Amino acid sequence: MDKNATPVIAGFIPLLDSAVLVAAAEKGFAGQEGIALKLVRETSWANIRDRIAVGHFDVAHMLAPMPIAASLNLTSLAVPMLAPMLLGLGGNAITVSTGLWADMVAAGADSGGDPASTGKALGTVIATRRTEGAPPLRFGVVHPFSGHAYELRYWIAAAGLDPDRDMEITVLAPQIMADALATGQLDGYCAGEPWNTAAVTAGTGRIATFKQAIWPDSPEKVLGVTRKWAEANPETLAALLRALSRAADWCAETGNGEELAALLSRSDLLACPADICLPALTGRIRLGRNTVKQIPDFLSFSGGARAAPMPSHGKWFYDQMVRWGQVERSAAAAAATARIFSPDLYLDALGLEKLSDDTPLHMFDEPHI
Amino acid sequence: MSGGLSILVIDDNKIRASIIEQGLRDAGHDRVILVHRMDGLMRRIADINPDVIVIDLENPNRDQLEHMFQVSRAVRRPIAMFVDKSDRHSIEEAVDAGVSAYVVDGLKRERVKPILDMAISRFRAFSKLAEELEEARNELADRKTLDRAKGILMKSKGLSEQEAYDLLRRSAMNQSRKIIEVARSLVIASGLLGD
Repeated sequence: MDKNATPVIAGFIPLLDSAVLVAAAEKGFAGQEGIALKLVRETSWANIRDRIAVGHFDVAHMLAPMPIAASLNLTSLAVPMLAPMLLGLGGNAITVSTGLWADMVAAGADSGGDPASTGKALGTVIATRRTEGAPPLRFGVVHPFSGHAYELRYWIAAAGLDPDRDMEITVLAPQIMADALATGQLDGYCAGEPWNTAAVTAGTGRIATFKQAIWPDSPEKVLGVTRKWAEANPETLAALLRALSRAADWCAETGNGEELAALLSRSDLLACPADICLPALTGRIRLGRNTVKQIPDFLSFSGGARAAPMPSHGKWFYDQMVRWGQVERSAAAAAATARIFSPDLYLDALGLEKLSDDTPLHMFDEPHI
Repeated sequence: MSGGLSILVIDDNKIRASIIEQGLRDAGHDRVILVHRMDGLMRRIADINPDVIVIDLENPNRDQLEHMFQVSRAVRRPIAMFVDKSDRHSIEEAVDAGVSAYVVDGLKRERVKPILDMAISRFRAFSKLAEELEEARNELADRKTLDRAKGILMKSKGLSEQEAYDLLRRSAMNQSRKIIEVARSLVIASGLLGD
């Protein structure tokens, strides 16, 4: 590695959408921009949050709502942060136990994962269980401030249910989810890949719906950086964003899928069989034992304008925090959120045109314009 | 000691947990409880009702634990150590050492600080111990490799042990390599060629 390269330390969680950081470090994209990118694997989002706050990490792979929660002082060791780039779009799914899925099918659930249909069927199942006096269903998410939590809640609420009253939502590390489903500790969960495929492959879970169907092309992980570091290292950050953009383009190339799966499966990265990484990378998703569906952009990477954060993305996450009682709405917090998800740093680094942020977000239960 | 704090240590590394426990007991804390498993943890926390919770940063269940603290009504709400950030230095030291702590809201920080300092120093001591152990293990493995290499030479070339060692050392010097590297190559090669 070039001795004059600027060192950047990035924390990451072993998930498929760490791919852009991994490719930047391993495929030479960081080096080409004069960055010596060192990846440090972490075991919890709490560690990522703490270690970026104390300066162990310069940047990190983060759940999209985390920089907002940190900036609004909703989590411990909170520091003002920015989310200058989207590291992955989509990639999550909601998996239910095969027993619950059988009940949902009886209630008319669509086998292809249509969120309106599967949500309605879940509502029917929950209503029946209530009249029978059965205990509430328990669902898992990976973090209270996560796309997973908000997608699950949005899906449930769109079916006319109250996620806080009609079910129990608990937090669990993603790698434990499939086992918790198999042992009956959970009835379902929302997690990123490969942790849904893991349960389907084991024959204990069925994918009921997925992020790309609930909110198409929506941000999942972001590059998180403290505002302090961004302000102190503007050139390094710009160079890093260019490197990550090239890396994301490489990850997005269909022909690189197998190589990427093999790379990610390495013991110092995801440490899992390469074949369970492939479905989400190719969009060929096994929803259930006998159901395989081609879902374009199930998980997508982009090195272009699609990877630019948008104030409207930040607003959606902030609205969910308000909706579910994590924060009181305030004009100052809404404005801060818009700044955290500003596309400017990314677009400037890449020399791209300013984008308009007036494209409405398309949620599955809203009529498309 | 009246009003002594009860301290829960969550660490699936049993040796390290015991080292911390010993340290805390030596410092006069007699209400120290160790937990190695996460199942049923919330009920146990409710039973134990700890004032301070110490957890290792390698534990993948920190997100779950923090969430439980947020939503549970069964336990007095623990918050992350020193959220007022008045002691940034302590926080950094703890994260450096690989430990995190939660304290029940409202507990005075001067009562908690010595506990955290103790946990930090014991975590550091353990890391050092683990490193030394690893070194010792490598040393032992190296000695075995050297013995096997000597044995191979003694058998194949009919040398004495001293002659075998001298031959290894000469080869190492000639190739500007370490003697253990030459021994390793020899053992591997002999394994491949079936002696």
